[in-house]
Amino acid sequence: MAAVLIRPSASERSRLRLLVLQALVLALFCTLFARLWYLQVLTGEGYRAQAAEQSVRDIVVQPARGLIVDDQGRPLVANRSTWVVSIDRTLLGKLAVDKREAMLHKLAKVVDVKPAEITARTLLCGSAGAEQETCWNGSPYQPVPVAKDVSQRTAVKVLEQSEDYPAVLAQQESVRAYPSPYGINAAHVLGYLSPITEGELDEAKKTDDTTLNGASVVGRAGVERAYDTWLRGMPGYKKVAVDSMGRVLGDSGEVEAEPGNTLVTSIDAKVQGFVEEQLKETIQTARATTDKVTGRKYAADSGAAVVLDARTGRVIAMASQPTYDPGVWSGGITSKQLKRLYSEKAGTPLLSRATQGQFAPGSTWKPMMTAGALENGYDTGTTLACSSGFQVGNRVFKNYESGSYGNIGFAKALEVSCNTFFYRVGYSFWQKYGTDTADVKAKDPLVTMAKKFGFGKTTGIDLPGEASGRIADRPWKLAYWKSMKGYYCKVGKQAGSDFLHRFAREFCLEGYAYRAGDAVNFAIGQGDTVVTPLQLARAYGAIANGGTLYEPRVAKAIVSPEGKLLKSFPPKVQARVPVKKAYLDYIDNALQGVARSGTMAWRLGGFPLDEVTIRAKTGSAEVYGKQSTSWVASYSKDYVVVMMVSQGGTGSGTSGPAIRKIWEQLYGINGLDVRPSKAAIPGTTVPKQLPTFARDGSILPPARKDEKR
Amino acid sequence: MTVVPLSRLSISRTKVSVPRLDWTLVGTSGAILCVGTLLVWSATASNDILTGGDSTAYLHKHLVNIVIGLVLAAAVMATDHRWVRIVTPLVYAASVLGLLLVLVMGTTINGSRSWLMLGGLSIQPAEFAKLAVVIGMAMLVAERTENSRARRVGAVDVALMLAIAGVPAALIILQPDLGTMLVLSATVFGVLAVAGTPRRWLVGLFLAGVTAATLAVSAGVLKQYQINRFMAFTDPGLDPRGAGYNTTQARIAIGNGGLFGRGLFDGSQTRSRFVPEQHTDFIFTVAGEELGLIGAGVLIALFGLLLWRALHISRNADDMFGRVAAAGIACWFAFQTFQNIGMCLGIMPVTGVPLPLVSYGGSSMFATMMAVGLLQNIAMRGSSVPIGVRRTSGLGR
Repeated sequence: MAAVLIRPSASERSRLRLLVLQALVLALFCTLFARLWYLQVLTGEGYRAQAAEQSVRDIVVQPARGLIVDDQGRPLVANRSTWVVSIDRTLLGKLAVDKREAMLHKLAKVVDVKPAEITARTLLCGSAGAEQETCWNGSPYQPVPVAKDVSQRTAVKVLEQSEDYPAVLAQQESVRAYPSPYGINAAHVLGYLSPITEGELDEAKKTDDTTLNGASVVGRAGVERAYDTWLRGMPGYKKVAVDSMGRVLGDSGEVEAEPGNTLVTSIDAKVQGFVEEQLKETIQTARATTDKVTGRKYAADSGAAVVLDARTGRVIAMASQPTYDPGVWSGGITSKQLKRLYSEKAGTPLLSRATQGQFAPGSTWKPMMTAGALENGYDTGTTLACSSGFQVGNRVFKNYESGSYGNIGFAKALEVSCNTFFYRVGYSFWQKYGTDTADVKAKDPLVTMAKKFGFGKTTGIDLPGEASGRIADRPWKLAYWKSMKGYYCKVGKQAGSDFLHRFAREFCLEGYAYRAGDAVNFAIGQGDTVVTPLQLARAYGAIANGGTLYEPRVAKAIVSPEGKLLKSFPPKVQARVPVKKAYLDYIDNALQGVARSGTMAWRLGGFPLDEVTIRAKTGSAEVYGKQSTSWVASYSKDYVVVMMVSQGGTGSGTSGPAIRKIWEQLYGINGLDVRPSKAAIPGTTVPKQLPTFARDGSILPPARKDEKR
Repeated sequence: MTVVPLSRLSISRTKVSVPRLDWTLVGTSGAILCVGTLLVWSATASNDILTGGDSTAYLHKHLVNIVIGLVLAAAVMATDHRWVRIVTPLVYAASVLGLLLVLVMGTTINGSRSWLMLGGLSIQPAEFAKLAVVIGMAMLVAERTENSRARRVGAVDVALMLAIAGVPAALIILQPDLGTMLVLSATVFGVLAVAGTPRRWLVGLFLAGVTAATLAVSAGVLKQYQINRFMAFTDPGLDPRGAGYNTTQARIAIGNGGLFGRGLFDGSQTRSRFVPEQHTDFIFTVAGEELGLIGAGVLIALFGLLLWRALHISRNADDMFGRVAAAGIACWFAFQTFQNIGMCLGIMPVTGVPLPLVSYGGSSMFATMMAVGLLQNIAMRGSSVPIGVRRTSGLGR
């Protein structure tokens, strides 16, 4: 059989079927081509976008935050590198569940964070199971930091064994560093940073603020917050090509981050460090001293010290106790650390006593009262009795330790801090204008003067969260009565004849009444009037500089990273106190007397007052149910120094030695020897110039004119 | 028919007995091989994990496969017609044995026990089984129709053919390898159709197949994850980490190519290894991304040309064996190509079938090259038979 013959009929059938098959194949291939065209041409744009999105990743490069330097250019806040371990959510999602769990457990062990916490951190805010405190509010494509400030060893381990830690990255991140020149802490002035909140991020997106992103940190207190926008800088973006496992294949372009600007402050690290040390020591000494009134050791629960430039209101130093390490915020604070900062048991370290602490001013109040009296009918020749007691109604108000000095003038009354003298002044004004205890509009020259010195409202310092203090005048008393009478009337209805119940009944009936007792208490800075140490320092600054009330400033200037001056903050005059120069001079003289022969004199023995003239006023404010508040307010022509120790004892007794040491430091005094070259700030006055910003990025002390001479 | 074409009467033709190559078949399959080589190279060049840093490692291996494939194809092509019939049962038996061995000692990759590891070589017997089934069925139908008086395909013939296909099919189902099973079913159906099985039988078989599949799904023979995997091309969410991911990434890569493509070796998705199994099952995505609609369209057209040629060879074959075998190979190639490219394009389920002549992988390359060799064999015989015989057969038209 040479060839096989196919029967025509069968052949015919299979030929037909072959044609059908051919048509079918053609149809299939046309389908393929149509689909190819659909994917590549018709809907290709969308796929190209997806391809770009998954193969090129935008990685935010956080800018280095601007430096904060002191008046000499010493960095108070800088940056340091830290290792951060992050998780790529996209890659984590690609892992099988069991693999993911195993990896997270392994990672948790290495970085010493609980596995549940790592998982909680990788959840997007707003997604199921996410918690406000731990959730991630950054971009879903941005790696989520799960462990900060890890050791380099850990970071290298994660990096080198990347196959064991899929989806885990270890990167270096810049966080705040505190070089702490002269051991300064200054936590309350500098402030701190914390991660951006969801609300802030939404706001930034709404306003097209490109300086913020999901991984940003934002200033929360102090100058970090006040000058946040200047310090922030501009984030950069790095485009990197990545493979399906998120491994970086190469860079494909970068928009460099712009570092933040430098904030030059008027803080002088040397003074700040010294003042902090003195405040701390003063508190420690007080705690070891027995209070003669209560028979217990002084609690000395908190304290503050402020040094202002008397001529400009700039803040040279500001200390507050208790304090905290601002570094705890760097790279994320633990909830335990955070709790401590707010805890009352630890003395609420977060609270700045200098600007947020409010205390009765006690006798440091008297110079302002003197000004009020002199401007309203009294004169420098007036003499009044400084008796050991002064009766108002059925109550006898006593002098400190019941001392009496006979008939004296204002100057002597300030020197010896005679309470009864000022009671008489306050009482006479009350008798003259305010015997109608319900008249809230009654004239009160002493209250008016206190307000003119800036009390009862914020000073406007460039630190957030400042307290306003309080002047316990007639409107305040009425408002207080209205807000509290419900409570006290209820207490008063209960049976009982102890002090609380008696007080409650009286308050319920006429708690609004501004009695003579209120007026005389006000005159010596007692009662419900409270001030912040900063307010007091500023008021004394006004006496020192001839009557100008400044808005205190911490910031001096903003300088670009290249050293270009972007903005300067000149001293800002808020008001002038309405006191004649002659009276201010009179008060100034009287306060010199306090230092030479008055209540502060015993603490200034052997101090070269002729060369460095110090004016001072002491105060020991009584607080119901507590030990007295120790105050010393002092100034020279250059500086104002105020120290306060809550429940710390008498003014000069507790704060006196520290005040003296601070003055010695400010002027380079050793015994009777005055050497301006040894002063904390060379030349004893604050530099007028900004630090010098060299081309190489280093910051040098300001050029001084007096040095050239 | 009054006019007899000159060529048919040509005296010179009667004397020709030297076999003539089908140059269209050679040209198209050669072109496909060349494109495939470039695609395999591009898919693996930047995959350091796969190649161990040598960007041409897979290019070399692929070229070796092609050379072996060419030798096999040449051998099949040169094999005498009668020898083919003798060798066929052996080929068939060998592939059934291979499939059995796979089940006993095979290696599981991607959930299917489809690979046989023999001294560093990995063999996929199912690839050879497709060829074996095609020629086995072709031989059977040729023997039966040529020797029987009825010369019609009857019930016994269909039953025997199904038995030939059934044994390897059952073994493949056990692996389980759904993709190969689908290709095999389509091929068997095509062979039966071309062999002349009555239409009602074909319809019946088709319905029986559909019913069987439905029953298999409803009876829980297939596990839910297998069904999800199979259906993931319609909704990637059904198997987000497996087939769903593959189908999504394949579409992104192809879509990224656009009209002109990103250029060979320049596809970002290919370079970044987003598409899994890109040098084997998903090789078409490389063509899609790097060569674009034009390049990938040309590749599809080349396949179309190859299949048209295969069907042409089948039509011109002068015996039942040649006709059925060529048609079977055409069905096999057509469906496997459609299944593979369709999977990359997201219109077919994600199953592990290679693109004939293109995908990297020895077994597939050898089997398809042998099939091309067989096509050539059939074509040459059809063209070299003496004119007289051709005329005789031509009378039937």
